Amino acid sequence: MNMELSRRGFMKAAGAGVAATSLGAMGFGGAEAAVIAHVRPMKLASTTETRNTCTYCSVACGIIMYSKGDVRKGERAELVHVEGDADHPTNLGTLCPKGAALKDFVRAETRLRQPMHRRPGSDRFEPISWDAALDRIARLMKDDRDANFLASNADGVPVNRWATTGMLAASATTNETAWATFKVAKTLGIVGFDNQARV
Amino acid sequence: MTNAWTDIKNTDLVVVMGGNAAEAHPCGFKWVTEAKAHRGAKLIVVDPRYTRTASVSDVYAPIRQGSDITFLNAVINYCIQNDKVQWEYTKAYTNAAFIVKEGFGYADGLFSGYDEEKRDYDRSSWDYEFGEDGFAKVDPTLQHPRCVWNLLKAHVAAYTPELVERICGTPRQKFLQIAGMIAECSSPTKTMTSMYALGWTQHSHGAQNIRAMAMLQLILGNIGVRGGGMNALRGHSNIQGLTDLGLMSHLLTGYLNMPTEKEVDYKTYMASRQFRPLRPGQTSYWQNYSKFMVSFQKAMWGDAATAENDWCYHYLSKLDVPAYDILRMFELMNQGKVNGYICQGFNPLLAFPNRGKVAAGLARLKFLITMDPLETETARFWENHGDFNDVDTKAIQTEVFQLPTVCFAEDQGSLTNSGRWLQWFWPAATPPGEAKADTWIMAQIFLRMRELYRKEGGAFPDPILNLSWQYHNPGEPEPEELAKEINGRALTDLRDPADPSRILVEAGKQVVNFSQLRDDGSTMSGCWIYSGCFNEAGNNMARRDNHDPDNTGAHPNWTFAWPLNRRTLYNRASADLDGKPWDPSRKLLEWDGAKWVGYDVPDIAPTAKPRDVMPFIMNQEGVSRLFARGMLRDGPFPAHMEPFESPIANPFNPKMRGNPVGRIFESDVAQFGTSEEFPYAATSYRLTEHFHYWTKHNRVNAALQPEFFVELSEELAREKGIAGGSWVRVWSKRGSVRAKAVVTKRIRPLICDGKTVHVIGIPLHWGFVGAARKGFGPNSLSPFVGEANIETPGYKAFLVNIEPSTAPRGGVVA
Repeated sequence: MNMELSRRGFMKAAGAGVAATSLGAMGFGGAEAAVIAHVRPMKLASTTETRNTCTYCSVACGIIMYSKGDVRKGERAELVHVEGDADHPTNLGTLCPKGAALKDFVRAETRLRQPMHRRPGSDRFEPISWDAALDRIARLMKDDRDANFLASNADGVPVNRWATTGMLAASATTNETAWATFKVAKTLGIVGFDNQARV
Repeated sequence: MTNAWTDIKNTDLVVVMGGNAAEAHPCGFKWVTEAKAHRGAKLIVVDPRYTRTASVSDVYAPIRQGSDITFLNAVINYCIQNDKVQWEYTKAYTNAAFIVKEGFGYADGLFSGYDEEKRDYDRSSWDYEFGEDGFAKVDPTLQHPRCVWNLLKAHVAAYTPELVERICGTPRQKFLQIAGMIAECSSPTKTMTSMYALGWTQHSHGAQNIRAMAMLQLILGNIGVRGGGMNALRGHSNIQGLTDLGLMSHLLTGYLNMPTEKEVDYKTYMASRQFRPLRPGQTSYWQNYSKFMVSFQKAMWGDAATAENDWCYHYLSKLDVPAYDILRMFELMNQGKVNGYICQGFNPLLAFPNRGKVAAGLARLKFLITMDPLETETARFWENHGDFNDVDTKAIQTEVFQLPTVCFAEDQGSLTNSGRWLQWFWPAATPPGEAKADTWIMAQIFLRMRELYRKEGGAFPDPILNLSWQYHNPGEPEPEELAKEINGRALTDLRDPADPSRILVEAGKQVVNFSQLRDDGSTMSGCWIYSGCFNEAGNNMARRDNHDPDNTGAHPNWTFAWPLNRRTLYNRASADLDGKPWDPSRKLLEWDGAKWVGYDVPDIAPTAKPRDVMPFIMNQEGVSRLFARGMLRDGPFPAHMEPFESPIANPFNPKMRGNPVGRIFESDVAQFGTSEEFPYAATSYRLTEHFHYWTKHNRVNAALQPEFFVELSEELAREKGIAGGSWVRVWSKRGSVRAKAVVTKRIRPLICDGKTVHVIGIPLHWGFVGAARKGFGPNSLSPFVGEANIETPGYKAFLVNIEPSTAPRGGVVA
């Protein structure tokens, strides 16, 4: 699998080769050690590379994400750079003005960091723990479902509709997230269920 | 897309109408540039604005927004009049020869069967004449006066270049130049591709816009071939995936349908889904419906779904309306009939039409839950931001939960692009703070509710208690587990029907693809069309072999394309009746005497004999449809319809407003404006630096196009005394915005029906959270109208007024 042939490794090898050859050709073979001693290694050489797909439009350009740390090894990882994936058949390494600035989307100041709660009539959000938020949500949803679930229509046909709570699903999530979301929403009987494709 | 982005390089002519690919899909548009540079392809752009796509076109024509059907019907008429038809293809692969029953007609802009009271058609006359053998009658000579071809010919006869000029405002000579270029693609060795997006869908007659072009492509023989096709550019990165997986009110997965109340039991539901072939020997692949449906029910409810209980058919909701679509839900919210709403990665306050109505609806909820990686206006709809969100915070009693989610960089899984490629990706970063995966959040809500139902009982707990939820960690299903479930597996040993001693798939193993699914409960599959994505060969969506034998653009081993890794839909139609490619230089498939071979997975049974089995295997006819029978609510042929708010009356029927069966609610009728009060034709669009409302959180993109503006022509600016860069107020019957004026040559006044029509362009991006300046969007102005078939709101054609103004109140920087 060509993922194993790391671009970073390739660049490292190629870079060192070029330096050694040209210096050698000019008769500075002895200077090599001195050069290596003070030239900083390429910044991306110490990062982890990950293949991903641009999150914006459905052209779905391939991207390479460079992080400090490796999430797959359980490390904390911080995204430091994004570039187009030259191996990707559609975009061949290119990116548009949105894709080229993807890092700033991931690291936007307005990324949400903790669950927040707004009480009725309040003018502010207040932090809430995940447990408290999820317990309260499950309670609100169940109470609404129990109160308004339509088990059958006037003709006695089972219709199983819960029309008083609706859901919009996100068409930038994965197919796998979508399937899990679908299962939960449809099994609860939420009929007011749509995604951006409706718009 | 029927084809793929990389296939566009094979085309001879690109028509961009209803889209602006250079701006909205820049890296995909490079394949147009490739076709121009290396094949000498030409690019035609038809758009109300001289867009960035138009700036690199060979021919640009202006058109009034909402009048595309007239333009396209006129091109069809031109091709028929000038004998520019791919005859062999049209006769063999379309329903041109099918005979329509007596009683079908069209007059005064309406088809037979219209009921003004119900705003609906009785569609029973829109069908074929059937013989005693049950098959549709055909006349291969095309002589029968009621064969589809002659009806089509008569239907489009009214669409002359003069009518195009009158309705669309497109100069006659410009139209004729374009029609001539398109007509050349009727040659079997010339292909045209259609690239379209929301400029076609967001109308009350969106489906008919697309049909008109699809019909043109069929009579030119451009469907199923390299460099051809109907290519919906699509929006979000996985909008195709969420549609395929049926996250919509009226759908189940893989285009199976939610049942309606009339389908009182499973037998009744299946009775209308037998998909008997309408011509001898045809495939009619939907005959396998029950296999996919039962496998879906087994994926949902596992062992609880049995033959005895009709596979838990009654666990499914039964709809009493076509759909509880977004517009209906916000209408119901305004009526006080909705209590809770969950917005997962969705910002309806900026995305849905008539923002005033949307905000009023949200304020009537008891609870709102948002799940998003970023701040959204919706989560803060109760916060006062001066003119930008002028609400009475204290009066809003909605309880709001804002839940932080991961974004793509921290997630893993597959996304389906517009070319139907399911591409797997891997996580690169740690989520910020306490942000969680959507799968975790959905699982946590579900497990808590299931526990409550276990403990307390409640309304019909059965589907909840029995939902199949067998994951390694039920609190957070893993992407691979979910993907395997979507693919499907054998629940018991699957034996070869021809040789029962032979086991095809052992119990517990993944099925190879949907051809192994069965309707006896022995298989499960979450989404049949995706089956094959993750089988015993592994995760095919993660494949990264980018080789492309003979540079066809197919890249067959790159990830996985649905269905069955097929890259071009209807590819059997790339060859003639005998199975020889129409254009040997653009071969996709050919018949080798025993089977279909070539560059792509055949879109037909591999041994289906040419001349016997026709290429459009999903249709009961085996051929494609120029006449859609009763399958669309607003007509078997596309006919000109004006937008609900239009600067001119419909020349076919001046009394008819909008789409005669377009979906409107009583409460919205009073909010439609007239051209007397609102003389200007508005449209909406997006800029290349922006992606909807997301990029305003990103300083780079926010700075590149920093401020909300509207575009207008120099002529209108002069008339209204508006200077470039000055503040203007734009308002409709529903709302008002303030913006900077961009006075431009890119928009020119049109002359339609003898009237000067000024177009005003309104881009979307701005709101009141994020790194960008505060601003408005077109949804403050646009009408609450749903497309007749699918209820998509119309954003592309409505009426506004404009005047010089001052800056909005409430601070400009978010």
